[in-house]
Amino acid sequence: MDFLRPASWEEALAAKAEHPTAVPIAGGTDVMVEINFDHRRPEYLLDLNRIGDLYEWEVGDDSVRLGASVPYTKIMEHLRAELPGLALASHTVASPQIRNRGGVGGNLGTASPAGDAHPALLAAGAEVEAASVRGTRLIPIDDFYTGVKRNALAPDELIRAIRIKKADGPQQYSKVGTRNAMVIAVCAFGLALHPGTRTVRTGIGSAAPTPVRARTAEDFLNAALDEGGFWDNGKIITPSVAKQFADLCAAACNPIDDIRGTANYRRHAVGVMARRTLTWTWESYRGTRRAACQNGGAA
Amino acid sequence: MRVNFTVNGRPQEADDVWEGESLLYVLRERLGLPGSKNACEQGECGSCTVRLDGVPVCSCLVAAGQVQDRDVVTVEGLADYAKQRDRVTSGGTALDEARQWAARGTDSQTGEGGELSPIQRAFIDAGAVQCGFCTPGLLVAADEMLERNPDPSDADIREALSGNLCRCTGYEKIMDAVRLAAARQGEEV
Ligand SMILES: Cc1cc2nc3c(=O)[nH]c(=O)nc-3n(C[C@H](O)[C@H](O)[C@H](O)COP(=O)(O)OP(=O)(O)OC[C@H]3O[C@@H](n4cnc5c(N)ncnc54)[C@H](O)[C@@H]3O)c2cc1C
Ligand code: FES
Ligand code: FES
Repeated sequence: MDFLRPASWEEALAAKAEHPTAVPIAGGTDVMVEINFDHRRPEYLLDLNRIGDLYEWEVGDDSVRLGASVPYTKIMEHLRAELPGLALASHTVASPQIRNRGGVGGNLGTASPAGDAHPALLAAGAEVEAASVRGTRLIPIDDFYTGVKRNALAPDELIRAIRIKKADGPQQYSKVGTRNAMVIAVCAFGLALHPGTRTVRTGIGSAAPTPVRARTAEDFLNAALDEGGFWDNGKIITPSVAKQFADLCAAACNPIDDIRGTANYRRHAVGVMARRTLTWTWESYRGTRRAACQNGGAA
Repeated sequence: MRVNFTVNGRPQEADDVWEGESLLYVLRERLGLPGSKNACEQGECGSCTVRLDGVPVCSCLVAAGQVQDRDVVTVEGLADYAKQRDRVTSGGTALDEARQWAARGTDSQTGEGGELSPIQRAFIDAGAVQCGFCTPGLLVAADEMLERNPDPSDADIREALSGNLCRCTGYEKIMDAVRLAAARQGEEV
């Protein structure tokens, strides 16, 4: 095995081009487990810890450019307002020690259906900034997950950053597991309201071969909210609409039975989480609308 | 490969390190620092917790080559580290300086012959140590939390220690120990 230690991003891209089989290692919280247990013996390890750019983030007008190696702890501490869904999801990852090392770049690299960043990224809307010596391209998050633990990266590409839409409304993240810490999701659900575009987006984790959006459920809900004038009148969402949305989210799953849960349980739980996260975010949206109206009235 | 880094304030050099080796292995098997424990090698138990540039991490999941030129504090250096931090904070300088301390007198190899840090003392006084296997990781994690958050709620303590498993105590005495250390720390100021 060789340990490659690029000191800059350009060097890292050059090394990856020269050795496309090199395994990048950022926080190491996935890679080291595989090496410790002899599940993986890469010819080259490509250490990304020395590349400062990967640990930085920039908050722009519409989006946050999150460096691939920014650890979950920093996302929780510094980006809660801009990326509430991802911050909540980050908080559910493993333990403080793991959150201090692991980040979204590694979660995307592994592309496990159970990765906690994925439902939050799908719901918020994001693009993966993939780079190689050939140049940079933006991969829409919807096209990034290509199979169980497979992603759209080419062998010579590295993730430089993730560009995530800044929240323009409430977001939630919900995860089912046996305890509050150190739990790989039995299943998980992310939901984001986008009042700007009057749309709702979702993300489902651990209930299909890849992380997925519940598109039919989104389309149904977007139409129902539009028809009822809900974005304007801020009424409580009709229970029958919430139920139909939850059922469609459950139907979007394609789960398996495994040691963590049965397919039936996962489908059921996703429906429950869909209804709850919709209620929480909608209540919060109504609250901010009311507050805005009151302030407007006083002025 | 060769790896040079600082452990408990002392420059260390490890030779013939295998490229896939963990920091935990280097500490225990190459540098003779067996304080950090190896129980799971998969980040689940926290008994290998050390501070890497001040940040608590599972040393079993850090590749040895990743610590080149960086600073590691293990349980063996905890007493010294805490002492240095006390000096710095009571002198009113930045906490960050505590992270740039250099070890002096005590034996950071075995931790023996040195004084105990307040968190170590509290673990003993509260009876929070049974077999002791989980203790080094818990000490490092708890000490770091008290540095950040001198007046933690029970929920804060549980959260900070959620990455550390103990098979003996049932955690209640460990909670007592951290509360005790926090209270003593509060009295000093
Ligand atoms: C005890 C334990 C508990 C865990 N619990 C959870 C959990 O609750 N939720 C969860 O989602 N995950 C969990 N994980 C998995 C892991 O922590 C996450 O997937 C984490 O996000 C990985 O990030 P990392 O930086 O440590 O990745 P690494 O291990 O460094 O890398 C992971 C993969 O991504 C690739 N990679 C890393 N950076 C890049 C880059 N910039 N460009 C291209 N490829 C890259 C690597 O080659 C590798 O294939 C857990 C892991 C452990 C050990
Ligand atoms: S040995 Fe590292 S976490 Fe268990
Ligand atoms: S005291 Fe034995 S594992 Fe904690």
